[in-house]
Amino acid sequence: MGAANAEKYKSDGTAAGNLLEWVDARFPLMALWNDHLAKYYAPKNFNFWYFFGSLALLVLVIQIVTGIFLVMHYKPDASLNASGIPVAFASVEYIMRDVPWGWLIRYFHSTGASAFFIVVYLHMFRGMLYGSYRKPRELVWIFGVMIYLALMAEAFMGYLLPWGQMSYWGAQVILSLFSAIPLIGNELATWIRGDYVIGDATLNRMFSFHVIAVPLVLVGLVAAHIMALHEVGSNNPDGVEIKKKKGPDGIPLDGIPFHPYYTVKDIVGVVVFLMFFAIVVFFMPEGGGYFLEFNNFFPADPLVTPPHIAPVWYFTPFYSILRANTVNFFWIDAKLWGVIFMGLGVMVFFFLPWLDRSPVKSIRYRGPLYKGALAIFVVSFFILGYLGMLAPTPGRTLVSQICTIIYFAFFLLMPIYTSLDKCKAEPERVTG
Amino acid sequence: MSCDDKVDCGRRRLLVATSVAGGVAGVAAAIPFVSTFAPSERAKSAGAPVEVDISKLAPGEMMTVEWRGKPVWIIHRTKEMLDGLAKNTDKVADPKSDRQMQPEYAKNEHRSIKPEYLVAIGICTHLGCSPSEKFKTGAESGIDADWQGGFLCPCHGSTFDLAGRVFKSKPAPDNLEIPPHVYLSDAKILIGEDKKGA
Repeated sequence: MGAANAEKYKSDGTAAGNLLEWVDARFPLMALWNDHLAKYYAPKNFNFWYFFGSLALLVLVIQIVTGIFLVMHYKPDASLNASGIPVAFASVEYIMRDVPWGWLIRYFHSTGASAFFIVVYLHMFRGMLYGSYRKPRELVWIFGVMIYLALMAEAFMGYLLPWGQMSYWGAQVILSLFSAIPLIGNELATWIRGDYVIGDATLNRMFSFHVIAVPLVLVGLVAAHIMALHEVGSNNPDGVEIKKKKGPDGIPLDGIPFHPYYTVKDIVGVVVFLMFFAIVVFFMPEGGGYFLEFNNFFPADPLVTPPHIAPVWYFTPFYSILRANTVNFFWIDAKLWGVIFMGLGVMVFFFLPWLDRSPVKSIRYRGPLYKGALAIFVVSFFILGYLGMLAPTPGRTLVSQICTIIYFAFFLLMPIYTSLDKCKAEPERVTG
Repeated sequence: MSCDDKVDCGRRRLLVATSVAGGVAGVAAAIPFVSTFAPSERAKSAGAPVEVDISKLAPGEMMTVEWRGKPVWIIHRTKEMLDGLAKNTDKVADPKSDRQMQPEYAKNEHRSIKPEYLVAIGICTHLGCSPSEKFKTGAESGIDADWQGGFLCPCHGSTFDLAGRVFKSKPAPDNLEIPPHVYLSDAKILIGEDKKGA
C-alpha cells in the first residue's frame, strides 16, 4: 500500500484540517482512503453484474449487526423447559413473539442468509462471465472461493441454532458425512458432535463457531479479497486490462476513481436491493418455505425424522450430487463417493483460473463452445438445485446423475474446449 | 538453510532451535483445546441400558424407545413378515449379515435372538436419518410390486427389509445396526447390554 511513502496531508488552516493533519501524521488515513476509494481507478464500463460485490459486503454488515442483537436473546440450550420444549427452540419463539421488534431483527437475519447466497452466486457467476478469475486475479478468486466455503459453514451452523426438526436432521446428515471417511470416520464424527448423537454439546459448539470463529475468518477473508483486488485492479465486462493504456498522468485512460463514481452508483444498487429485501422481510419472510423451511417450526425430535428432509435451497445442488452416488466403485462404497464428489463439487472452483485456457477473458469475445458449456452448466446446476429439494425417486436420481456428470465435465473438459474455441479478437480498450 | 559468510551460524542455530521449541510448545498447547471437542464424561455416562416391556406389542406392530439418544425399534413380526424375508435374499446387499453390524447372536437370517422380535437401531447407516415404516406390501407401498414390507429412509431413499437389511444399489452401505440386547424374561428386553444383571 506504500502508506509510509505516501504524501502526508497538509492542513488548510481550519480546525478540521488541523485535526486531519494530526491524524494522518500518525495513521495512514489518507493513504488508505486514496488507495481504496478516491484514487482506486476502476474500469468505467462496469454493468449490472458489478453491483453484487458491494451488495455482498452490505449483507455481511446486515448479518453481523442483526446477529449481535439476536445473541442477546437467543439461548443455545438443547435441554427441555418446563413445557417440554427445547430451550433453544423456545428462545427463538421468544424473540419472534415477546422481544420488541425481535421478529424484524430475526427476519432480517434469516432473509439475509438467503440474500447472501443469492448475491454471492450472482457475484461468482459474474466472475465466470467475464473471466475475472484469470491471471492476474487468481488470488482474488481463491480468496473468494474461501469466502464461499466459510459462508457455507456459517450458514450450516446458523441453521442448527433454532433447534427445529430441519436444524436437527440436517445437521445429523451433514455431520454424518464425516463418518464416511474410512478408519477414523466414526471417531471423527463423534469428536465433531461432542456426543454420540447431535445434542447439547453440538449445539453449543456450533453456536460458538457461528457467532465468533467463522465471522472472524469471514471478515479477514473479505479484507484479503479486497486487498488482492485493489492490488491487481478490477476486471470489466470486456476483460481487457485498463492498466495497459495509461494517460500521461499515469492514470488508466478507461479508469474512473471508485469514489465518488462507483460509491454513488453502488448506492443505487443498494437501494434497489433493499427494496427486494424489504419485500421478503415484510411480506414473505419464510420465502415460500425456501428461506425458512416449514418443518423447522417443529422442535427437534431425535426419534423421528420428518418424512421429507431437504437442505435450504443454497445447498441443494451439492446435496443432489451427494445423493446421485448410489453405486459402489472399486473398494469405495457409494456413501464415501457421495461425500468425495460433493466436496470436489465445491473445491473444483479453486482450479478454475488454471482450467480455462481461452485467449480471451470475457464472454463477449468467447466462441460458441464456452458459451454453450456455460449455459449447459448453469441449467444442470439449477436442475441439481431443484432435485435436491425433492424426495429421491429412481427417475430423479438418474437425472441428478446426468447433471452431476455435466457439472464435473464443465470443469474437467474446460482446458480442451476453451483452447479449441473460436474466439473473437479483444478490443484494445473497453467498449463502454 | 544455507550458512554463508554473512550469516552468524551460531545465532542462526539458536534461532532455529528457539523456533522449533516454540512450535512444539504451540502444538502441545493446542492439545487441550482439541480435546475439549471429545464427548464429556457426562455424555459418556448417559449411555445406560434401557429396560423395555414388550408384552403389549401386538403382532405386526412396532415400538420405538430411546437409547443413547437414538431411536431403537422393536418390531413384533408376523409369520407373513418372516416369510417375506426369504424372498428378499437376492435383493439385499448383505443377506447373511457378514458385515459386523450386529452382535454374534443376531447374525442369522432374521437378525434377532427370537425370530418374531427384531430389535434394531432406527438410524440409517447412510447419513443418520431415521427411516420411516413401510409395512404395507406390494404395489400399495408405493415402492415396488414385490415389496415385502420394511423401511424407507426419507433422506436419500435407502430401503431396508423387516430384518433391517439394506437393499442393493442404495446409498446406505450397511444393514441397520442391531444393539446389544438380552431377554430378561419373555416380556422384558434390556437394550444396551448382553448379559442379565451384568
